[in-house]
Amino acid sequence: MSEAVLSVRNLRTEYPTHAGTVIAVRDVSFDIAKGEVLGLVGESGSGKTVTGFSIMGLLETPGRIAQGEILFHGKNLADLPPKEMRSLRGNRIAMIFQDPMMTLNPVLRIDTQIIETILAHEKMSRRAAWEKARDALGEVGIPEPEARLSAYPHQFSGGMRQRVAIAIALLHKPELLIADEPTTALDVTIQAQILSIVQRLVAQYGTSLIWITHDLSIVSQIADRIAVMYAGRFVELGAAGQVIATPHHPYTSGLIGSIPSANARGQPLAQIRGTTPSVLNLPTGCPFRTRCDHADEACLQEPPMAPDPAHPSHQFRCHHPLALGVAQELEPS
Amino acid sequence: MTMWLIRRFLQAGFVILAMTVIVFIGVSVIGDPMEMLVAPDATQKERLEVAAALGLDRPLWQQYFTFLSGLAQGDFGRSFIYGEPALQVILTRLPATLELAFTAIGMSVLVGVPLGLYAGLYPDAKTSKAIMAGSIIGFSLPTFWVGLMLIVIFAVELGWLPASGRGDTVSVLGLQWSFLTLDGWSHLLLPALNLALFKVSLILRLVRAGVREVMPEDYVKFARAKGLTEGRVIFVHVLKNLMIPVVTIIGLEFGSVIAFSVVTETIFSWPGMGKLIIESINLLDRPVIVAYLMIIVLLFVVINLIVDLLYTVLDPRVRIRTGA
Ligand SMILES: Nc1ncnc2c1ncn2[C@@H]1O[C@H](COP(=O)(O)OP(=O)(O)OP(=O)(O)O)[C@@H](O)[C@H]1O
Ligand SMILES: [Mg+2]
Repeated sequence: MSEAVLSVRNLRTEYPTHAGTVIAVRDVSFDIAKGEVLGLVGESGSGKTVTGFSIMGLLETPGRIAQGEILFHGKNLADLPPKEMRSLRGNRIAMIFQDPMMTLNPVLRIDTQIIETILAHEKMSRRAAWEKARDALGEVGIPEPEARLSAYPHQFSGGMRQRVAIAIALLHKPELLIADEPTTALDVTIQAQILSIVQRLVAQYGTSLIWITHDLSIVSQIADRIAVMYAGRFVELGAAGQVIATPHHPYTSGLIGSIPSANARGQPLAQIRGTTPSVLNLPTGCPFRTRCDHADEACLQEPPMAPDPAHPSHQFRCHHPLALGVAQELEPS
Repeated sequence: MTMWLIRRFLQAGFVILAMTVIVFIGVSVIGDPMEMLVAPDATQKERLEVAAALGLDRPLWQQYFTFLSGLAQGDFGRSFIYGEPALQVILTRLPATLELAFTAIGMSVLVGVPLGLYAGLYPDAKTSKAIMAGSIIGFSLPTFWVGLMLIVIFAVELGWLPASGRGDTVSVLGLQWSFLTLDGWSHLLLPALNLALFKVSLILRLVRAGVREVMPEDYVKFARAKGLTEGRVIFVHVLKNLMIPVVTIIGLEFGSVIAFSVVTETIFSWPGMGKLIIESINLLDRPVIVAYLMIIVLLFVVINLIVDLLYTVLDPRVRIRTGA
């Protein structure tokens, strides 16, 4: 495999609160290669955003990286001085957010918000920055970019605002883009447009992409690899085709089963029973154990991340993996 | 925008007209100025002459319309006491009050905004807790008591600053101003501080609450994600969003500073409108009282208008609505 742009090792992010320490991300490890698209899937509260913010160095107090390394080209971001981290953010590592209605500052003009980003990382005249801003809006398909530059965010629709956010994030052709559910708040046709804009630009710039979503069907279309998160852990990680075709973790399998599909028309959707446990009150051992049909005493011990012997890059965190081979499939449930 | 302005001016006109009625009736029930103006041993004939000269012998509604038609020509009548036009009596006192108000507001912004920012950005710091505790004191201590304490400490005990009067003044545009001389400033400082104390508490609390509200917003996170410096994030992205409530409060408080300056001006013998109105009420100098109240009403109306206009500058979303 080519050298990783980003290499996360045993990341653990905690929020000390009055009610106890919330471990929002625990023992997360993954690599992302140049130009690769990693889909990060998981239900609400599973720690996807916190993972993204940990990489960006944008955790809100009292959040902190308690353990692990985030290696960006071999440099550990977790203990980088704030000044150096700032010069990477918005420059070599960028992020876009879920709600385009909230990501742009309502009282600043679009040109101000773009140009300040350019000037934060590059020395150039305001005129040149303005031209660069105009071209960036053009890149993301905003009509009449020159006129739109002097508009305010409220004069744009949600989809257009997300385009502006994407234009800002990609201003410096970053090596890594973290897209935190950027289409969730938009309606379906706009979702597809945003998705294709990001896909096109990311491919054009050779940017590695972490696409965060709770929608497995989107991720299966765009991701090279998929990571499934549950209660702050990665429970499955592997090539997109393999994870979708032969999920090893019962949670992944449940997620796939709950996607509506054409060939299952008329049948009730499969559901994962129970609800996500509170992060402050997780069951001991495997956090999914209380919702899992395969759970037994072994699951009182938290399983480690283990590779599929046939495809070592396909990893899972389960004592009773599904579809690992005939032997496992015949195991009584 | 023009339609909106015209509507606002009409509204303002109605407010002022309504106030003339209230003020005129209010003033006419608080006492008979004749008691003050005529010597107790004056004959009935002398009394009637004075009443006729001042127009006090006519029915109230006639007096009102005389007053109103005078008002339309900028004439508030003559002061019973000074014998000069009431408006002029007040306007000569206006600069003193205005410079006091502006200094007090300036102080409260210069102190209140940074303290509020600090307390909002570091809510758990000891300094922030001290600031918040201090603001409660600023809220609850009565102005007159604080004024007396300031005099006792800084004028009497320490002897650093004078306790009364305006000090040296400089004449600009025919009006006297203290803030242009060093001696004037030394006189201005204590009364302005007295007036500012409450506003500092108010503004710092407002700013702190605003910071706490704006900081978790996505656009602040996004500003950071863009790699902006913390200074730019706070002083441009956060502060600009805070300016709307702060400007509102400053506008409204500007009016109340002038109203509250009655107490401060009395304590510090500051020869402004506040001190004048207290004297005029004591002497039942009706034209001055009426003119003063009308000027205060006008002031509030104008301030509200300015605040509304500033909104449209500060908040682009308002601009659209008023433009429609
Ligand atoms: N500021 C904070 N203080 C305390 N706990 C926090 C804080 N931010 C996040 N957490 C905890 O971290 C966990 C993970 O949150 P995160 O926002 O990463 O979830 P997510 O997977 O992005 O969910 P969603 O799909 O809803 O965006 C949550 O359970 C939450 O309680
Ligand atoms: Mg999230």
